[in-house]
Amino acid sequence: MDSVQLFTRQTKAISIAHRSLLIIESIPGIRYNEIVDVQLGTGETRTGQVIEVGKKTTVVQVFGGVSEVDLQNSRVQYKGETLKLPVSPDILGRIFDGSGTPIDGGPPIVAEDYLDINGVPANPASRMPPAEFIETGISAIDGLNVLVRGQKLPIFSGSGLPHNKIAAQILRQAALRGKAEDFAIVFAAIGVSYDDAAYFISNLEETGALSRAIGFINTASSPVIERLSTPRLALTAAEYLAWEQDMHVLVILTDITNYCDALRELAAMRGEIPSRRGYPGYMYTDLASMYERAGRIAGREGSVTILPILTMPDDDITHPIADLTGYITEGQIVLSRGLERKRIYPPIDVFLSLSRMMKEGIGEGNTREDHNNVFMQSYAVYAEGNYLREISTVIGSEALSDRDKVYLSAADRFERTFISQAEHERRSVEETLGIAWNIFSMLHKEDLKLIQEEYIKKYLPEPS
Amino acid sequence: MAITGRIWRVSGPVVIADDMRGSQVYEVVDVGEQRLTGEIIALEGDKAVIQVYEDTVGLRVGEPVVGTGEILMVELGPGMVGNIYDGVQRSLITMMDDIGDFLTRGARTHALDREKKWHFTPTVKAGDVVEEGDIIGTVPETGLIEHKVMVPIGLQGTIRNISEGDFTVEETIAILDHKGKESPLKLMQRWPARKPRIYKQRFFPEDLLVTGTRIIDYLFPLALGGKAAIPGGFGTGKTVNLQQMARWSQTHLNIYVGCGERGNEMADVLYSFKKLRDPATDRLLQEKEIFIANTSNMPVVAREISIYLGITMAEYFRDMGYDVLLVADSTSRWAEAMREIGARLEETPGEEGFPTYLGSRLASFYERSGRVTCMGRPERMGSATVIGSVSPPGADFSEPVTQSTLRIIDALYSLDVALANRRHFPTISWLQSYSMYADSVDKWWNRISKDYTDVRNRTLIILQNEADLEEIVRLVGPEALPEDDKLLLLVARMIREDFLMQSAYHPVDTYSPPERSHKMLSTIIRFYDVAKEMAESGMLVSEIAQSKLIPRISRMKDIPHDQIDDYVNSLRTDMDKGLIAEEGGI
Repeated sequence: MDSVQLFTRQTKAISIAHRSLLIIESIPGIRYNEIVDVQLGTGETRTGQVIEVGKKTTVVQVFGGVSEVDLQNSRVQYKGETLKLPVSPDILGRIFDGSGTPIDGGPPIVAEDYLDINGVPANPASRMPPAEFIETGISAIDGLNVLVRGQKLPIFSGSGLPHNKIAAQILRQAALRGKAEDFAIVFAAIGVSYDDAAYFISNLEETGALSRAIGFINTASSPVIERLSTPRLALTAAEYLAWEQDMHVLVILTDITNYCDALRELAAMRGEIPSRRGYPGYMYTDLASMYERAGRIAGREGSVTILPILTMPDDDITHPIADLTGYITEGQIVLSRGLERKRIYPPIDVFLSLSRMMKEGIGEGNTREDHNNVFMQSYAVYAEGNYLREISTVIGSEALSDRDKVYLSAADRFERTFISQAEHERRSVEETLGIAWNIFSMLHKEDLKLIQEEYIKKYLPEPS
Repeated sequence: MAITGRIWRVSGPVVIADDMRGSQVYEVVDVGEQRLTGEIIALEGDKAVIQVYEDTVGLRVGEPVVGTGEILMVELGPGMVGNIYDGVQRSLITMMDDIGDFLTRGARTHALDREKKWHFTPTVKAGDVVEEGDIIGTVPETGLIEHKVMVPIGLQGTIRNISEGDFTVEETIAILDHKGKESPLKLMQRWPARKPRIYKQRFFPEDLLVTGTRIIDYLFPLALGGKAAIPGGFGTGKTVNLQQMARWSQTHLNIYVGCGERGNEMADVLYSFKKLRDPATDRLLQEKEIFIANTSNMPVVAREISIYLGITMAEYFRDMGYDVLLVADSTSRWAEAMREIGARLEETPGEEGFPTYLGSRLASFYERSGRVTCMGRPERMGSATVIGSVSPPGADFSEPVTQSTLRIIDALYSLDVALANRRHFPTISWLQSYSMYADSVDKWWNRISKDYTDVRNRTLIILQNEADLEEIVRLVGPEALPEDDKLLLLVARMIREDFLMQSAYHPVDTYSPPERSHKMLSTIIRFYDVAKEMAESGMLVSEIAQSKLIPRISRMKDIPHDQIDDYVNSLRTDMDKGLIAEEGGI
């Protein structure tokens, strides 16, 4: 950016103020996407961003809307910069709002550097495939949908489902096996209720994790436009910690649905042509520009792992928000209302959930040699049990063979003992695999087709 | 002299510049002080509409826009194989060394290394008369690819001064004299990215493209020079399928275009190709692979051109007489890039906001596949096969990109979300997929076995019958079916689990040569015939299901390639002895 400005960088020539947009007569030297201060006649100052620049007119989108803007007294001052986050190691333990201003009562950040919140894409050739197993202590994740460092794995939830509890449990428990180092946590609350944001912060406080966490809070009553900057501030902080400070960072973004709705709202104000369900056609690219900031870089110590949370409107997994997210992320953890009604916590739908990075993160050296076999076999047993459950509702359970009945009860036990666990229970991966083996012991040995002989000998408990 | 204009308006990736009179459409321009690469897509009076291949943040009205006088060209020559390019053919390996791990704007690199010397061996001599497309010599590019140096299209004449030696891509390797006009020939030539390369004649594809994926090779075969699409919702394994094809396809060269997809997956591909070996030659896979990586967070406009970059490279190697496979993942992201640019240009949108020319663009891309006789001498045939993935929103195949694609392609591998939820991989649906090449590659398959057509047809019928029966089972339960239907369900299940299911991660199962696939499937069909006889003579299907032959059949997948013949032979012998019952130990 230029260090010296040779011309006045402010104007009062606002010709139109409408919704969140100002149309202004251009002055020379305006940069595309630069940040502006809008000074209102009332003395209030709001931030805005140049979204189109032309020789005659410039379009500015005002964060916080154009209420009280008047065309006589308001003035626009161009800052010559895009939105930046001041960073230094001191940002750990701090809480900011969606424009990057501290809201925890602490002093302002003495910046070592100012980073563009949009980040810079990593060179695909510099990336390293994620492979290190993160133990979350939750069986349904560690056993069947493994999370690895550098992965982006969203939680697809619905209104009223315990996604916050699960996310908080992951934050409390996530650790690398056999290593004492802790994750740094970056938490972005996007348009969520005050209570939800407070829940996470008090959770971090209770466990003493707040000192290695950073919060960016945009609640439901905060300006809508800052929902777009909140996650980007969070990811910029995460990248700083990972790539400059060699830390492993876990980023929680909640709730992506609010983010997408803000994106839609602002796109509609600009009069853009909508795509599916009114969301803009570039929503895939926009979401990717956030999610893709997860990863590992060869030769650098740190990593960025992202856990976005989204509530699927009407529990519909084909809704554009869930759908486009699923196309970008490396799998998904899907919560099930059916399991929730059975009072199973965490209500993780094993069939719809998936971790694409699983194969890299398990097996000897990572978890345990039998992990993949146990995963396949658990899955098959639970699937068979579920299928029989479905059939038995039509033909009656009396019509099932004895073998089928065993599968039915194995599936029940799988839900009650494997998927289900307490909110504060942290299971090691050995415990998780052990529970699966206990369930296998209900079946005939010949039915364990997906497990190698030697593992059966080694791990199968004697039937009691 | 280069035309210099000024930025007049900036809106996202689209920049309008004025004072641009004299430029041409598709001319490459340098935009702004940072010299971002852009391409003129329309001219109106003295204004040029430019799509910029890099992020436009920070551009100002009045910054210079400088024309290069050239349309977007692809550099073609030794050094492409094993390289990784972004959408505008900047080498990401060079960028990593020059500017680091993150892609800052305005960076430039040559596509081909200018320093490296290649050993050139001529195949013509001074005084020979050559024409466009003629091969004049070779360069060993990798252990797997011998680069054929061709007379560029549009040139002909008499060769002067040609000799063996080490040359960089820019040094003159020969002089071509055409009626006194001398043209220097180099290892490198250039070609406009958006323009199809020419050939002599095109033929219908009839040789099997061996992918090593059983359901494709056997049930829905793809032919060299064909065009296919893989649509599927998220989680159905599109990318894994495409990676498998790019890994194991028995072609000379594969080009993998990651267009708007995941960075971590791209990293995974790049890493695995440095380790995996080609089954036929035992050489590292990266010796026969070119990567184009334009991940979803890289500039969207570069996605649009990356597809053309890939297909131009494919045609160039086709012209050497090679069989080339181009894999494009995903064409939906490509279409979205077109939609975004179209919207910025305020074009009248078609369905779902996509531009009205979506169908014709897709068609002209897939149409660049084909099996041809190449330009020039010696006489040779080459092929370019194209497989594109489609990512339909909500796995809804009625959307415009899927529908436009279906009208062009001749083989469809439809991925099924239900199969993914059952963890049946690959999730290629046997009920919805099809291949128009099945008839033409029949001849190829019959060289492996005369039974092929029969086994394939019977398998498809069994699977179709199973789908019908499943409806009934859901209503009345499996026990209520007659015995012959129960047997059909048993065999269908064996076909699904022991043949169609294939693990991309198992060292043996990941690649199944056609001979092996045929042995496996015909063994299952043979089992059906024997079991049918047993059932007719009064044996219950529940007894047949206990046969020890069944687990032996399901282990066929994992038997190493050098033991599979013996394994299947002994299985067949036992089966023909009627051992189903005896071995069952009922």
